[in-house]
Amino acid sequence: MSEPALDRRQAVAALLKDRGDLLVVSGLGSPSYDLHAAGDHDANYYLWGAMGAAALIGLGLAQAQPERMVLVVTGDGEQLMGLGGLATIAVAKPGNLVTVVIDNGHFGETGMQKSHTGRGIELAEIAKACGIEAGLVRNLGEIEAIRKTLRRKAAGPRLYVVKVRPENVARSLPARDAVHLKNRFRGHLGLPVN
Amino acid sequence: MANKGRIAPHHSRRGEAPQPQDLSGSPDAPAWPQAIYELLKRADIRQMAYVPDAGHSRLIELFQADPDVVSNVLTTEEEGVAIAAGAWLGGQRSVLLMQSSGVGNCINMLSLSAISRSPLLMLVTMRGEWAEFNPWQVPMGRATEPALNAIGVRTLRADTPDDLVEMVGSAVTLAFEADQQMAVLISQRLLGAKQW
Repeated sequence: MSEPALDRRQAVAALLKDRGDLLVVSGLGSPSYDLHAAGDHDANYYLWGAMGAAALIGLGLAQAQPERMVLVVTGDGEQLMGLGGLATIAVAKPGNLVTVVIDNGHFGETGMQKSHTGRGIELAEIAKACGIEAGLVRNLGEIEAIRKTLRRKAAGPRLYVVKVRPENVARSLPARDAVHLKNRFRGHLGLPVN
Repeated sequence: MANKGRIAPHHSRRGEAPQPQDLSGSPDAPAWPQAIYELLKRADIRQMAYVPDAGHSRLIELFQADPDVVSNVLTTEEEGVAIAAGAWLGGQRSVLLMQSSGVGNCINMLSLSAISRSPLLMLVTMRGEWAEFNPWQVPMGRATEPALNAIGVRTLRADTPDDLVEMVGSAVTLAFEADQQMAVLISQRLLGAKQW
């Protein structure tokens, strides 16, 4: 990459600053660690598997909670496995769904093999071609600009690709029990445990 | 068909004139899609996701005409498994419609429903098992039920329209009250052989 890229932890922490009543889903691997490192929260739903699911869980959630803003934080590898989901999200047009791809151009969890985005594929362009409002983020000023828009619904879905350095930072591990995370999340929304 | 002739007239889309109720051009359009739709409405299903199949076409139209249900067309079936989990996180019940070939696309994604014990209701139209013309449908038709069971989805298999409606009702309770991952398999014999 020609321009200096961001530190992923710093980028995600800046994005989540004063998060208010944001509902957040994170994709497996480093994005889940980044979200946890930024501060555990009952309205966080961390994925530890189901690669390709993050943005689509965000879609189902956004459709069920149309008055709440939903943020998905995922990685380039995770989103690449759900490319078709960008078309599904674009067709569904949820104005309360924002997907942020933390793009280090690599499969960081499995040995830092270079991913498709590291080989020239630009997820923001794919999203734009689907009709999603999309853009690149390369510095903290641009993160701050996006953060301010996270509280507001838009005409349709948004996707931002945050370019970060390909480095493994110390892990910050959230709970892995998906039933616990589900019930905690639903409890936050005032929904009952079955 | 047991319920033949009991379909209520409907509007295919809000604001449009009533359409002929039989979409296949046959006077023998089955009544079970309407019965399942009404059952799922009573069960407060609020989201419907699908990859189309001819056997689901009537049910898809009924949901798409319903302003109280959000419909999502999918590029591949596993997307619907993720949407269902998200819908439940947000407090809504959903249903996922697909053909048996799509079950194969879902397998790893179903670990999400299984490990989070999230309610899941799939309605699967079967191919490759009864008077099948296309050999390419046979392998996944054969693998559908064992693959679902292997990943932890419980299956109910319907061979008659009456059984089908009853099984969908049972699956609704098991999914949304007992946190189970349910697939109702709609047999190809029930659906009738595809006309070429």
